[in-house]
Amino acid sequence: MHSDDGTRIDRIDQRLLERLHGGFPLVDRPFAAVGEELGCSEDEVIERLSSLLAHGVLTRFGPLFQIERAGGSFVLAAMAVPEERFDAVARAVNAWPEVAHNYRRESRDRAGACAPQGCRRGGAVAEREPELNMWLVVAAVSAEAAEQVLRRIEADTGLGVWRFPKEREFKVELKLPLAGVADGAV
Amino acid sequence: MALSELDRRLVAALQSGLPLVPRPYEALGASLGISADAVREHMARMLESGLIRRIGAVPNHYKLGFTANGMSVWDVADDAVDELGARVAALPGVSHCYRRPRRLPGWPYNLFAMLHGRSRDDVQRQADRIATLLGSACRCHDILYSTAILKKTGLRLRDDSPALD
Repeated sequence: MHSDDGTRIDRIDQRLLERLHGGFPLVDRPFAAVGEELGCSEDEVIERLSSLLAHGVLTRFGPLFQIERAGGSFVLAAMAVPEERFDAVARAVNAWPEVAHNYRRESRDRAGACAPQGCRRGGAVAEREPELNMWLVVAAVSAEAAEQVLRRIEADTGLGVWRFPKEREFKVELKLPLAGVADGAV
Repeated sequence: MALSELDRRLVAALQSGLPLVPRPYEALGASLGISADAVREHMARMLESGLIRRIGAVPNHYKLGFTANGMSVWDVADDAVDELGARVAALPGVSHCYRRPRRLPGWPYNLFAMLHGRSRDDVQRQADRIATLLGSACRCHDILYSTAILKKTGLRLRDDSPALD
């Protein structure tokens, strides 16, 4: 397939992405080991990964750290930013290195989207104004350090920051169903 | 458990990822002044302890055609949310799934499930399955679609972070 900027992902790339979701080998020549599994050379694996990274199909290749295991803290937080200040607030928020992710989000209330057993869509917060339209993740070395950043963001912007710390994690992995992504894949 | 000095140096050295060379652990070791074996052994321990969640590729969903990204949020009865959260997490299309505190009165939702699809209709179908699964334990829900990525850098450690020591 062609991604939105024309990046071409072929079937070997697809297999590489599937193989490299995790479990990259801790051996002397890991790219050669992966290549052997997939039937391509070490050089080809390295070239394809470089190209996928260069084209932004991959945002990262390497270990994913879970800093909570070392006292670190990831905190999801949200702000209701007035439209006319949105860009300026985004710049101020993003300037913090501890802000690891920041997304603009909009709620799409479609009444009746969730019919069975009365699980309503929206409803309770339909009148919320303005809505929480900026969602950020602060990653810091400790819960205190994360809280400090959130307080500074509140002070800098004069806007409230709603904290949504995780109380329990059920899943933190995305394994994309890649079948059909590549050209000619069946 | 706190980060050891070597943990910290490894995290810093790996901030932009694994070197794309035939012997990446050797290259890392060279930059840290230790052997490739020591790097591999230490990374194996970090995997075992969970400090490294996995070693692999992080795809950009958008570039792979998964352009619809919805944060679905659910108000689920407290006595059922843990059991149901685990079942929601197992559904296809759900990447992250967490229990988080409600922020009443404006925010009644305590279960967050991130959904990914090729279109909003895809995401909506996934949400419908969750609604069915939750049944009467769910009082209301919403889906917040991402309309712009304002920042996505992942973990960055400041060199002067005192809490790492």
